[in-house]
Amino acid sequence: MSADDLRGRFSGLFERDVTLALAVLGTIYLAYVLAGVAFGYGLRGQLNSIANLTFYIGVFGMLALALNLHWGYTGLFNIGVVGFMGIGVYVTALVSKPPVAQGGAAQVGGFGLPLGVGIVAGVVVAGLFGLLVALPALRLRADYLAIVTVAFSEIIRFTMMSRTFQTFTVPDTIDLWLFTVDPTADTVGLGGGGGLILNYPDPLEALLRTLFLWEPYMGFVGFVQRTLIPNNPKPVIDGLVYGILLFVCVGLFYLLLSRTGKSPFGRVLKAIREDEDVANALGKDTDRFKLTAFVLGSALMGLGGILWYSSRGSITPPSFRPNITFFVWIALIIGGAGSNTGSFLGGAIFAGVLYEGPRYVKNLVETAFELGDAPGNFGEAVAPMASFDPVPFVLYTLDSVSQLRLVIMGVVLIWLMHNRPEGLLGHRKETASSIDLSRPGGEDASNAAAAADGGENR
Amino acid sequence: MSISETYVRYRRTLGEEPLAIGVVLVALWMAWALVSGLWTGGIRVSSLASLVWDGLLRGLIIGLAGIGLSMTYSILNFANFAHGDYLTSGAFAGMATSYLIAGIGENSVGALLLVGAGGSVFGGAIGIGVTTSPIAVVLGAVVAGVSTIALALLIDRFVYRPIRDESGIALLITSIGVAFALRYLIQFVFGAGVRGTTAAGSVPRIDVPALDGTFRVTAHDASLIVVAGGLMLGVHLLLQRTKLGKAMRAMSDNEDLARITGIPTERVIRTTWIVGAGLTGVAGYMFVLWKGTLGFNDGWLLLLLVFAAVILGGIGSIYGAIGGGIVIGLTASVSVIWIPSEFGRAAAFMVMIVILLFKPEGIFSGRTTA
Repeated sequence: MSADDLRGRFSGLFERDVTLALAVLGTIYLAYVLAGVAFGYGLRGQLNSIANLTFYIGVFGMLALALNLHWGYTGLFNIGVVGFMGIGVYVTALVSKPPVAQGGAAQVGGFGLPLGVGIVAGVVVAGLFGLLVALPALRLRADYLAIVTVAFSEIIRFTMMSRTFQTFTVPDTIDLWLFTVDPTADTVGLGGGGGLILNYPDPLEALLRTLFLWEPYMGFVGFVQRTLIPNNPKPVIDGLVYGILLFVCVGLFYLLLSRTGKSPFGRVLKAIREDEDVANALGKDTDRFKLTAFVLGSALMGLGGILWYSSRGSITPPSFRPNITFFVWIALIIGGAGSNTGSFLGGAIFAGVLYEGPRYVKNLVETAFELGDAPGNFGEAVAPMASFDPVPFVLYTLDSVSQLRLVIMGVVLIWLMHNRPEGLLGHRKETASSIDLSRPGGEDASNAAAAADGGENR
Repeated sequence: MSISETYVRYRRTLGEEPLAIGVVLVALWMAWALVSGLWTGGIRVSSLASLVWDGLLRGLIIGLAGIGLSMTYSILNFANFAHGDYLTSGAFAGMATSYLIAGIGENSVGALLLVGAGGSVFGGAIGIGVTTSPIAVVLGAVVAGVSTIALALLIDRFVYRPIRDESGIALLITSIGVAFALRYLIQFVFGAGVRGTTAAGSVPRIDVPALDGTFRVTAHDASLIVVAGGLMLGVHLLLQRTKLGKAMRAMSDNEDLARITGIPTERVIRTTWIVGAGLTGVAGYMFVLWKGTLGFNDGWLLLLLVFAAVILGGIGSIYGAIGGGIVIGLTASVSVIWIPSEFGRAAAFMVMIVILLFKPEGIFSGRTTA
């Protein structure tokens, strides 16, 4: 297989994960900067484009890492990722939004608690729903679990959209047996089809204020305004700093998950993935291990959802369609299930190439060639082909790039499943063993770094 | 199974499964709410009848589409997530044909073939309907079936056949890729808008009297019943009277064994796709004719209900798929008596989840034909 040769050739260079990650990220960023140069972006445009790219690499990397715990380590086929993300961000909104009386334009309020509390609540509730799904569903076959989880995520979306949960009125006082609670909230709810306006303090601002960094940060913004970007640099810098924050979170996810994977707990998970009956026969309570792994992964997906949507200004139910779940799956499969580095790289490549890339290609083509307006529908685009005029068709294709992007994703997924189902780094899938299982002196000896991770050859 | 065995089994279930008791309690509460609602007049018999009628028709579509899914699920051993988009493809191909036949002469061929993308032609204006343009509808249904068969065979040849021996999960993931590519190609060609496809006002209808009112039956309801019933009967005969059914059963049991006993497995797989995709395409067309609107997402939105039906009926059983489809369709429609109408589909999913938990082999299992 040519991929083997390739791996052999590059193994010396890319044997360290950091090098590999930096190389991939560097390539993607370089491509985006060059595209920016081609568009004639100024500094502001470049920074915006980089911040946007960083955001998507961050969120997809994070979600792919969380999914890797489910699928790559434990072999749980969860295609309800977006449900847990939605639960996370909706709970955060519900807890942290100010009450309607103080909230300005928002029709639906929340409990007005600090954002930190909201985020913790969101993560915990996402984990609890993970428990709710996992308790009955984990004994199912993988394909049944898939159908149950995707149905679950759709039920969550129907709940978000439903008029029944749109608003509730919170009574002024709630009498609990010994003491009385006096909530500040008046009207709370999920907002129905219109969604929720996230009118709590900006997450970045809240974090910086908590860390007493807000004053220095504003000073820095002022400095940039004086020296580099004269008009209103704050949104750009906000975006960049939020991107850096996301990368820090990705790092934390990575640390947590690779520590988990290497722990005895993680070894049991891998054993379950390989053969649940054997793990069971060795005296492991596999149900409990699967449950814990599922809940942890769901909570992390909730956090991923919060970090994705909580700085967006508003959330609406259509953002939580199953497509997002499949995006995360494609990212994981590109990177290679079973490898944490692979998951992150998959997220980065997915975000940079498949998710954001087509739009840049379209803009590049439009910048390079002065093209007119695209035809309104496929018929008008194809009709001129009869007289050998492909321009309208090309224009229509470029104009529909946001749909074709999904076609490309589908084709890439099929191609991967045909040619490289183990993904970029899936060959390094860790085995359920604490010691090196590779044959000493064999062909793996030359590939020592990979062997240290288990070196399972497929 | 003897009665005492059954009794012991159920007693054990009750002891071990606190969830089961919960389900039974919910069922009792629902029965009570329905009876008392009917008794006090809170629920009108006619509106109940109309919900049941709607659920039954929806169930027939789900069942018809489910036969194909069930067959591929048991014979090729994977859950085909692209099945819903096969349905959409059939609907678009069939509707394009109907538009072309009904509207040729007065409208541009391109607009007709694109099923009026961007509001260039309206189905109501050219009078699509089983009574207003019967030839267009019949040919549309045929083309829907044939083109879906062609599509399914093409996809099978280039996508599924090279990885036939992979695990069911690998095929499932691949089918998600197929679903994406197909759905958004359809959107690319036909546009994202949801269009009205039939002359809804001129479809003949009769009001059937129920105790305290009437419910409506249209000509499209009747044609759906005729087509679905006829096709289901046809499949039943095909699988009963030919060796194909036996070969399919053998294959879903053990493919290697089937091959060494001389069953041409690839040919059986091809026949499976032909039967399954043909039914799915026609189901898609009848669905669109019946509900009167067509969008690129229709099949995907129906897919989970079809899965629910197939799992409910037991994977591999065509009677199970039909029965499951009717149960799921009825659940999605009739459940609005007890819960807010937004949760009709959610209720159908819940029924599926409950079945998976208690009887993952399906309620009609053991009566498989294919």
